[in-house]
Amino acid sequence: MKNVSIKLAMGAALALGLAALSGAAVAQEKLKVGFIYVGPVGDFGWSYQHDQGRQAILKALGDKVETTYLESVPENDSERSIEQLARTGHKLIFTTSFGFMEPTLKVAKKFPNVKFEHATGYKRADNVATYSGRFHEGRYVIGQIAGKMTKTNTIGYVAAFPIPEVVAGINAFLLGAQSVNPGVKIKIVWANTWFDPGKEADAAKALLAQGADIISQHTDSAAPLQEAEKAGKLGFGQASDMSRFAPKAQLTAIVDDWSGYYVERTKAVLDGTWKSTDTWDGLDKKKVTMAPFMNMPDDVKAMAEKTTADIASGKLNPFACPIMDQSGKPAECKGGAALSDAQILGMNWYVKGVDDKLPQ
Amino acid sequence: MRIDLEPRPARSLAVDVAAPILALAAAILIGGVVVWLLGKSPTRAFSVYFVEPLLEGWSLQELAVKACPLALIAIGLSYCFRANLWNIGAEGQFVMGGLLGGWLAVATHNGAMQGALGGWWIMPAMLALGVIGGALYALVPALLRVWLGVSEILTSLMLVYVAELALDYVARGPLRDPKGFNFPQSVTFDDVARLPFLAEGERLHLGVLFALVALAVSAFVFARTLFGFEVRLVGEAPRAARFAGFSDKRLTLAVFAISGALAGLAGIAEVAGQIGQLQPKISPGYGFTAIIVAFLGRLSPFGILVASLVLALTYIGGEAAQVALKLPNDMTRAFQGVLLMCVLMADVATRYRVRIRLGAAP
Repeated sequence: MKNVSIKLAMGAALALGLAALSGAAVAQEKLKVGFIYVGPVGDFGWSYQHDQGRQAILKALGDKVETTYLESVPENDSERSIEQLARTGHKLIFTTSFGFMEPTLKVAKKFPNVKFEHATGYKRADNVATYSGRFHEGRYVIGQIAGKMTKTNTIGYVAAFPIPEVVAGINAFLLGAQSVNPGVKIKIVWANTWFDPGKEADAAKALLAQGADIISQHTDSAAPLQEAEKAGKLGFGQASDMSRFAPKAQLTAIVDDWSGYYVERTKAVLDGTWKSTDTWDGLDKKKVTMAPFMNMPDDVKAMAEKTTADIASGKLNPFACPIMDQSGKPAECKGGAALSDAQILGMNWYVKGVDDKLPQ
Repeated sequence: MRIDLEPRPARSLAVDVAAPILALAAAILIGGVVVWLLGKSPTRAFSVYFVEPLLEGWSLQELAVKACPLALIAIGLSYCFRANLWNIGAEGQFVMGGLLGGWLAVATHNGAMQGALGGWWIMPAMLALGVIGGALYALVPALLRVWLGVSEILTSLMLVYVAELALDYVARGPLRDPKGFNFPQSVTFDDVARLPFLAEGERLHLGVLFALVALAVSAFVFARTLFGFEVRLVGEAPRAARFAGFSDKRLTLAVFAISGALAGLAGIAEVAGQIGQLQPKISPGYGFTAIIVAFLGRLSPFGILVASLVLALTYIGGEAAQVALKLPNDMTRAFQGVLLMCVLMADVATRYRVRIRLGAAP
């Protein structure tokens, strides 16, 4: 025992000595771009797609930039992580979840020379820009597909948290489904998590047991879709093409493609033209794209392709008025012929036909 | 063959001091091998993980900020654990303290309820509410145990989920920021409802002092007061305690109240110091991590101080390793696990002698 202890102590001492020697940092002039992810890069959903965007920056500008990411950062303890990136010479930092909003603003105040990009938030500053995708456009498309494909007229929906983006997603989905199948119903289970494959799978199982033959999800793992595959039913991928997890069940997936935006914003920092902006685009700018339509008859596929193209060209607006709320009252149309962006971004009510009470 | 653990009759101070240090060294060696297998330099990893965070003023502050809730909760838990009572629900008491104190911050937002008084009373009142919220919440499992003999392990744990859902509810519902686009969070607190920072523009808040005071007072209570003795006696020899005339029911209520009060204080310090608003989740699991801190620190105030700093260091060093070496986050978590295993094994090895007997069991 004694000998072992001496060896351990010597090893530790040696490690300490070497550490002191190798501590000097390597000088470096590349632009350092940092990312804060709310989930693991291996979620194959939300954080995975942001990491794809990071890799796109490397591919496009690899000789001029260097990237770093911190994954699974808890939202309520993220200020330190963001500051860690700012302190270690990162000049452009993407914080990729809503809950990073206040911490991002706090750190941004301390580091006026660092540019920040916060996804899905609404508070900006001179060095904090915001960006998001019009994911509800994709939800309208998959809603239509679901409306056509369901045999039981019951669609299961695994939702994360009752925030406006998720609520708008549910509404767009149902409007899409109703546009081709007025009798369709959706059942919602709130998983109260963005990423927890176990909980998500349980939610999907419960929905399947209640007669749903199509599972749609607004949580980040592939688990709900895999449950649909196991049960021989159908479903949609979330954030990323998940067909490798469910080759027979996935009809399509709403793919978040951040690559274009990330490369563009990194270029802007390199050119010195970066400004604090608010970017919210979707199918039109390919920030939201649809994975290949599969496991469906040709006529449904043709319809889905047409709807996708129409939304992209502006011919079709998922939230075109009139829209009835749950009680059957028409919603005020602040955006002229459709709901305004502000109404969608703050959506806290269901459209007519949702069989659920919105958790308040 | 059978393996026995026999208690060692006596331990020297040298062994007590050396064991955790050796455990740390062993964990570092194991971690070093894994880092080496991942193709990174173990010495650089060691430096980034354990040395560099201790060299910068900023990271030292962050260390204190991260250790603060852990130490506050753990020292509270040590009252319960010393008395052999199992409060597993500090996480819930932390949340309740933050919720109740945070409620006042939202209620007095923008000068509401202040009148001619001004805002000076808000912060002290928030702290008091935090303490009360945590203590009352901890008294629920204590009372259930005293009155009905319900296991406090189960009730305190289950009440964590109740507290989390309660916070979730108020952050989405009654206390939601009406101008916040319907996102689930409260308004950001006014300055009068923020725990003062120890220096302008820094992150070190007053809560860190609370932790130090709580540790110092507890050290005194454990070493010098009758109550401290009572706690230990009830834990180690409950029959003897009853013969000595101590009421274990009264003591159960007292240690749970203290434990809950400190967890609640940590909760409101986190909400009013670090976060600055109510959110559906305010703790990344501090209440559970503090259980580990309490045992790593062997339930002694000084040990808890050291253990909370070491655990905080593994978080901050782990992030630094992700940034500087591009090591995955899972490596940090795995290393924390290795470290805990080593410390616990060293602990067992110093307390017990392992005897391996060959042949059939008698």
